[in-house]
Amino acid sequence: MSPSVRLQEMIRVIRGARTQGEERGVIQRECAAIRAQFRQADNGTRSHNLAKLLYVHMLGYPAHFGQMECVRLIASPRYNEKRVGYLGAMMLLDEKQDASLLITNSIKNDLSHSSQYVQSLALCTLGCMGSAEMCRDLAPEIDRLLRASNSYIKKKAALCAVHIVRKVPELGELFTPASRSLLSEKNHGVLHGAVVLITELCERNPETLEQFRKAVPELVQIMKGLVMSGYSPEHNVAGISDPFLQVRILRLLRILGRNNETASDAVNDLLAQVATNTDSSKTAGSAVLYETVLTVMDIKSESGLRVLAVNILGRFLLNNDRNIRYISMTSLQKIVQTDHNAVQRHRGTIVDCLKDQDASVKRRALELSLALVSAVNIRSLMKELLLFLSSCPPELRAHTTSGIFNAAERYAPSQRWHIDTILHVLTTAGGDVRDETVPNLIQLITTATELHCYTVHKLYRALIADISVQSLVQVACWCIGEYGDLLLRGECEETEPVQVAEDDVLDALETVLQSHMSSPATRGFALTATMKLSTRITHNVDRIRSIVSIYGSCIDVELQQRAVEYNALFKKYDHMRAAVLERMPVIDKSSPGHTNGESAGGSIKEMEPTKRTQEVVLPQEPANQVCDLLDLLGGSGEPPQPSPALSTTALGPVSSTAGGDLLDLLGGLDVTPVPPSVIVYEKNGVTLKLQTDRQTDTGMTITLTATNSTDREITSLTLQAAVPKSVQLQMKAPSGDVIPAHGLGQVTQTVLLNNPNKVSLKMRVRVCYTSQDFVCQDTVQIDSFPSPAW
Amino acid sequence: MTMHFLLLFSRQGKLRLQKWFTPIPEREKKKIVRDMTTMVLGRKPRSCNFLHWKDLKIVYKKYASLYFCCGLDAEENELLALEVLHRYVELLDKYFGNVCELDIIFNFEKAYFILDEFLLGGEVQETSKQVVSRSIEASDMLQEVSERPRSR
Repeated sequence: MSPSVRLQEMIRVIRGARTQGEERGVIQRECAAIRAQFRQADNGTRSHNLAKLLYVHMLGYPAHFGQMECVRLIASPRYNEKRVGYLGAMMLLDEKQDASLLITNSIKNDLSHSSQYVQSLALCTLGCMGSAEMCRDLAPEIDRLLRASNSYIKKKAALCAVHIVRKVPELGELFTPASRSLLSEKNHGVLHGAVVLITELCERNPETLEQFRKAVPELVQIMKGLVMSGYSPEHNVAGISDPFLQVRILRLLRILGRNNETASDAVNDLLAQVATNTDSSKTAGSAVLYETVLTVMDIKSESGLRVLAVNILGRFLLNNDRNIRYISMTSLQKIVQTDHNAVQRHRGTIVDCLKDQDASVKRRALELSLALVSAVNIRSLMKELLLFLSSCPPELRAHTTSGIFNAAERYAPSQRWHIDTILHVLTTAGGDVRDETVPNLIQLITTATELHCYTVHKLYRALIADISVQSLVQVACWCIGEYGDLLLRGECEETEPVQVAEDDVLDALETVLQSHMSSPATRGFALTATMKLSTRITHNVDRIRSIVSIYGSCIDVELQQRAVEYNALFKKYDHMRAAVLERMPVIDKSSPGHTNGESAGGSIKEMEPTKRTQEVVLPQEPANQVCDLLDLLGGSGEPPQPSPALSTTALGPVSSTAGGDLLDLLGGLDVTPVPPSVIVYEKNGVTLKLQTDRQTDTGMTITLTATNSTDREITSLTLQAAVPKSVQLQMKAPSGDVIPAHGLGQVTQTVLLNNPNKVSLKMRVRVCYTSQDFVCQDTVQIDSFPSPAW
Repeated sequence: MTMHFLLLFSRQGKLRLQKWFTPIPEREKKKIVRDMTTMVLGRKPRSCNFLHWKDLKIVYKKYASLYFCCGLDAEENELLALEVLHRYVELLDKYFGNVCELDIIFNFEKAYFILDEFLLGGEVQETSKQVVSRSIEASDMLQEVSERPRSR
């Protein structure tokens, strides 16, 4: 009767337990019995008790009290006890336990045991859980076994040496000579162990690597023998002779051939041979081919071979086996940058894999497709990607949309295509796009001036179809607000004309405003758009007025603020409404107004930046401005500008003082009755006038107006101002930055000054603009202000 | 094939064999086992057999009611790992004769002994099926002899 029946009986009982509690009870009883047995003297059942304990351990219960028993059993002279003892050591002891050191001596003795099976136990255990100390102690023994023992022991000693080298890298030198001679063994087990050991040594020590490069011809011979040999029943797997050994040799050749011309040359023929002769209908052959391909791509192989390797990967893509398709794509991903053209040839197959059922394969296909996008294939590839987007799994959507946007941005063949693509993505997966998409798209639309009509029609149609996708709705609202006049005009070259009435447009915007699907930001967009339409439509301005006034009491603070401001625009500043709501100029990607957080344009930033949106500049900024009124550039590290070369050209009635750079504007003006506005700057046909709107004890409101008498328009006009330290400055948004030619239009900007300490009010204004392709920049000083008009 | 660990578990997530080739604290081992079982059991029936987990590649294969799951370094050859798992199953099959899960449950220590003749330190130690089988037989014979009341 086999003694292990008691073990099996225990297993049966444990499995028969119906509840977790019952199982725990059984196990507790058994463990108590085992503990009692351990305390007794040797009674011949120790190994079975340990085996029972190991089973309990596998179920997840604590078994540390068995550690000392392992130590005792390993020291026993009987093989059956040693066997279980070593098994227990590998399961219960690891290098962190103190008890593991106690078995070092037993292992040492067993390594020289007369029975090879006992030696094998010791080697296996040392190679599995040997600590660094144990390895140092026993390394010489292992080296002895590597040289002089039978092949059964040699192969185990080789892998044990691998473990030792991993734990104590310096010991690698000890094993190098022995491992070299092992390469001439015929036994596959030993050969395999030797190759693994040499690989480990070469990976850790560059000098050893150099040494073993000389072994490349020998390795090539061995490999050739495996590939070209006939059927060998002992090592054959699905027609491949010892695929395990072949793969390890290929890996070693890869390490030896990396960055080395000679070694790479020596293996070129072999790799070509393996690649062509290996039958890949089963996994074993595919594994060898896969390793070959990896090796070819990693060493300095000739280009013909590289193309062959990529073609093998391409063939793998068509394989029925999903695993092979998957690893083919991971490999292609690694080489798509270096061998781009070769991978491009397989683009069709890769794109087909987007339709695979398996999620991992889909993900790989997506990564590869995005890497393969180029100017040549952008149109066809984008069609496939958009198709994929409509059916792709949710976890891949965000990645897909951002990939599509990047690709579109880099390779868009035309602006219309670009806009169409982004719109398509927004309608299909608008909920998964990044936040910067909305400002990016708006910026793109503004640059495509010829397409404004087409874009706004398309967006309007999308808006009335569905208002749930926030990003799309925001862009649509913005465009309708901006280009509503084009929408209402009806004709459009690029799409079929459709008659859109003003009421329809306002209905659409109101729906967005009132819908509970709209986020607060979206409603903000819709309200602003409605307001902008007030200057672009003719009949329904009253409707807009009423919408705006309703939202003046909205709970949402942001909407309320906007509505109140727009109301004010209707009531008090109606004369400015047209200018304020004018068509926006093309947004530069790097301008400060661009809200996507990219670095705003250069040196203007530190000064009082004028924002294009309707936001109010925070009053904290003046405090950071340069303290010294006489040095506008003092606080920021900008390159020195031609200023303070102030304009000293004649300014009409003003006479320049002898005080050098400073202008004394009012010097000559005191005599005549003060006109409401004063010219503070006049040069290159650009005139800047200052008008005081309101003045109190502690502050004033002034308006700067710029006009242009040249016959070409002035662009990129910006005004910056500096005031003495205790004065607070607030610049409102300018009405625009383009001054039409021939004095046909003007740009105005309101400035609020708050002077609580009642210091003498002075202001320095810097004017920048582009006139006839020249960038001009001038600074004027204003020492006294005209009194207000009323 | 540098394996970090090899796990066998049933469809219900019960562990049948665990072999660890790197020193890992007990708590960490339990966590890995939990993660592996959740990940592998959650896979759809016709998915590919490779996964990513932290910085390891996980290769798994289902044989009847048992999942064989191993964790490899990122540079390893996954297809060869599938062959390694298959070879182990073949060895078990030869030993037990049409192996099934119950064989491995009631003779778990034998499953370990077979594994220890096939892999050592996470690497394949013998590439011939016959040699491994013969070694096991010889070891079993030696065990039987040493179990007799008056051994040697």
